[in-house]
Amino acid sequence: MPHHSLAFKFSVAWLALMALLSLLADGLPLPSPDAQDLNNMLAGPSGSHWLGADSLGRDILARTVHGLRLTFLVSFASVGLALVIGTCLGISAGYIGGWYDRGLSLGLNVLLAFPPLVLIVALVAYPGNMLIKIIASLALVFVPSITRIARASTLRFARLDFVAAAKVAGLSHHRIITRELMPNVLPVLLAYAFLLLGIGALAEAGLSYLGLGMPPSVPTLGGMMAAEQARILDAPHAVFFPGLVLFLTIFAINIVGERFNAGSEGARR
Amino acid sequence: MIDSKPKRLQVPALRRWVASSLTLLLTLFAVSVLSFLLVALLPGDVATTLLGDSATPERSAELRKELGLDQPLPRQYGTWLGKVMQGDLGQTFNSGEAISDMILARVPVTLELILLTQLLALAIAIPLGVWTAYKAGSVFDRLSLSVSLALLSMPTFVFALLLVYAVALKVPLLPSNGYAPLSDGLWANLRHMVLPVTTLALMEVPVYMRLLRSEMLTTLQQNFILLAKGMGLSLSRTLFQHALRPSSLSLITLVGLNMGRLMGGALIIETMFVLPGVGLLLVESIFQQEYLLTQAIVLFVAVAFILINTLTDWLYAWVDPRLKH
Repeated sequence: MPHHSLAFKFSVAWLALMALLSLLADGLPLPSPDAQDLNNMLAGPSGSHWLGADSLGRDILARTVHGLRLTFLVSFASVGLALVIGTCLGISAGYIGGWYDRGLSLGLNVLLAFPPLVLIVALVAYPGNMLIKIIASLALVFVPSITRIARASTLRFARLDFVAAAKVAGLSHHRIITRELMPNVLPVLLAYAFLLLGIGALAEAGLSYLGLGMPPSVPTLGGMMAAEQARILDAPHAVFFPGLVLFLTIFAINIVGERFNAGSEGARR
Repeated sequence: MIDSKPKRLQVPALRRWVASSLTLLLTLFAVSVLSFLLVALLPGDVATTLLGDSATPERSAELRKELGLDQPLPRQYGTWLGKVMQGDLGQTFNSGEAISDMILARVPVTLELILLTQLLALAIAIPLGVWTAYKAGSVFDRLSLSVSLALLSMPTFVFALLLVYAVALKVPLLPSNGYAPLSDGLWANLRHMVLPVTTLALMEVPVYMRLLRSEMLTTLQQNFILLAKGMGLSLSRTLFQHALRPSSLSLITLVGLNMGRLMGGALIIETMFVLPGVGLLLVESIFQQEYLLTQAIVLFVAVAFILINTLTDWLYAWVDPRLKH
């Protein structure tokens, strides 16, 4: 797809830049994200505050970078967790089959019976460590779809000759699963998981916006926007800069993800 | 074991129906257990947690007895389910209002939001999906695919804030939040729905459009379309009468799924526009730590979601005769 290559390159570059910024957030020559400066309340972009300041005079660029770090942390951790669980469940369901497979898919159907956002919100409302709750509940929402894809591609590969040959050769189940099935199933899953990163980032932002995510003292992109939206007419930059960064990042993830996914589409069928 | 995937037997319609009803019952049961556990498994002393600051030892003991917390879990579940079946979802702690009445009072707002959203989304997505499939590969097609990917990447509230900023605040054309019941007049009511409905609908359009486009691409390759074209039928008739119908089956399913999801899923939009629907009630219940109310909404939304999905499945099977066999 040559006409996509420019957008694709920009997306990769943007993601690399954002990943770098959020990894190095503490070492960057930026003001502390929590440092208040009442002389600069709602100040527009300037030399000292590149993206301006919020209603407490806190540097928006610094808060955006730290907020992005949390967004990345939540989406990578939840997708990673779901990938580990879903791969194990899906491959074992496809390989073992029978009642185990049926029981598992019934359990997944129950999970799918909850509207995702309501499930997440209900779990997050529970007392406990917020970060762990957010990651775990997002992972729980991602597990069914990953399991289904893992199961379907396991079934497909399990019918092929090389797996049958491995069985005849008397290889152990463990060896067949890790050496023969995993290497074939994983690429398909990784391409799909990349698209989930964008959904994870959207969900984290939504929770923070609703005030159901991390405590208000922690800078999050959604929380920044919720806190400043009442002053949107005086200081649109305080609302829309975090929103723009969030949007561009998710857009880039989706563009790269669609490309990967299109590449593995043939393999999935 | 690997080769245990049997050749599918033809399942008669009756057996299929029984199987899907059984699954429905099992799913409803599991959902009720999960909702029950949401409160039953609250850490610490549930009564004290529920009462919050107003907990005195006497009040806690009273509540514990009222909730039957001195009973074993399965017994508690039985009692709870019995009450739920009769429509008794308990009362809130702060105001003592009946929870079932509170939820029912919010349902019409959410329903209005959902229905208007689906109407608008389909009104935009169907022509776009049909046209982009017909013109696949054209500049217009590629542009609308990029725009749809951009919309999919936009958090709901960012998009809503942009709209509010542009249409409600910079140019005060529309109210930026609030709700007017139909009794205030149709125009007052609709004015308040324009922004939330537009935001939600534009978030659904890309999904519908892409699905319809890809289904249409397959349909347009079929012989009967080539035949219709060859017979000199007009373009709009070919596209909208002959090609759209067989292409819209998975769209029906998706619309059904989204209606169910939105029963509780318009959380952000309802909160942001202060629309007093089910989603706003859920968020309020969490902030006020009204655990019984949260539990009841989760149960209500999940049951509505399951019923709408099942209905969609049956509708789908009814529309597509191929699935009956």
